[in-house]
Amino acid sequence: MSKKDKGISFNLVSRQKLGELSHDEKLKFILKEVKKGNILVLEYGLTPIEQANLIENTMKEIEHDTFIGVEMEGYGQDTPTFIQKILGMTKKPRLTLIGPANLLKTVHKDRNMIQTKIIPGRGVK
Amino acid sequence: MGLFGKGSLSAILQRIFGKKHAKIGIYGPPNVGKTTLANRILRDWTGDIMGSVSEIPHETRRAKWKKDVRVDNGNSSLYMDIVDTPGIATKVDFKEFMNTYGLSKDEAKRRAKEATEGVIESIKWLEDIDGVLLVMDSTQDPFTQVNVTILGNLEARELPVLIAANKIDVEDSSPATLKSAFPQHPVVPISALTGYNSDNLYSTMVSHFRKKRRRKRR
Repeated sequence: MSKKDKGISFNLVSRQKLGELSHDEKLKFILKEVKKGNILVLEYGLTPIEQANLIENTMKEIEHDTFIGVEMEGYGQDTPTFIQKILGMTKKPRLTLIGPANLLKTVHKDRNMIQTKIIPGRGVK
Repeated sequence: MGLFGKGSLSAILQRIFGKKHAKIGIYGPPNVGKTTLANRILRDWTGDIMGSVSEIPHETRRAKWKKDVRVDNGNSSLYMDIVDTPGIATKVDFKEFMNTYGLSKDEAKRRAKEATEGVIESIKWLEDIDGVLLVMDSTQDPFTQVNVTILGNLEARELPVLIAANKIDVEDSSPATLKSAFPQHPVVPISALTGYNSDNLYSTMVSHFRKKRRRKRR
């Protein structure tokens, strides 16, 4: 594929793949992919603590001319039912979209839909 | 150690009468009015101010705090250490400071670098506070990832949170949207700029943050 035809890569990352990674491995994997210019759709989203750690790590990696941070949108965790709580089941994070902030922009988000767009002029490298 | 163990009497009194002292962090995304609100609180209760405010995002790039601010609500009071934290963001682009706010390139880059450090500092402060006053801009969409991430962290840590729906002096503000978005937390509409409804905020802060809670450490 020529450079001109490269386009934008959307990678759906399975629940299984994410489940195999430790906390630190997961954050490293995400940042590495995003810094390469890929947009990730995580089937199994990040916990709030992981999200905060990802923001921290992102801030450490920001380079003025090449990486300005991430755009991240997702839905909060499912609230466990009474029975699930009794059984000790924890809340499950849900689908999350993460991409480089110079490429991906959130237009609107509500309880039912997350609307994003690719920033014009950034589509093809 | 006393007859009932170290600190047990104060723990019992605290359970009965509530906390007397709490470290409260003022959190939120950039430019929602955190420092304006911190200044409002300090001006009303100590005559002092916390820091400078600006329309340029990330004006506060280091956490600032004021200890032992006594806030009354008529029936009771609470001493608070108020911590004004830098705005939390997932991205910092120095070009925005240049193109939108006219800063020079060097100035914009320095501000951006300090802003990234400020975000890290804000997140680290979450480990060391007893409660959060989460400031949201009531003219904006409430479901931003930063709001959701901050709230999720506070819930995971079981920290009490009070949402200040700021900027209600602006015509298109909608504090009701914030209330319906986060029904699990108390939401107080306020204008930090004019002080409108600040008495209600102070009253709610005292009653909400005085409650004794067991917090999770991470």
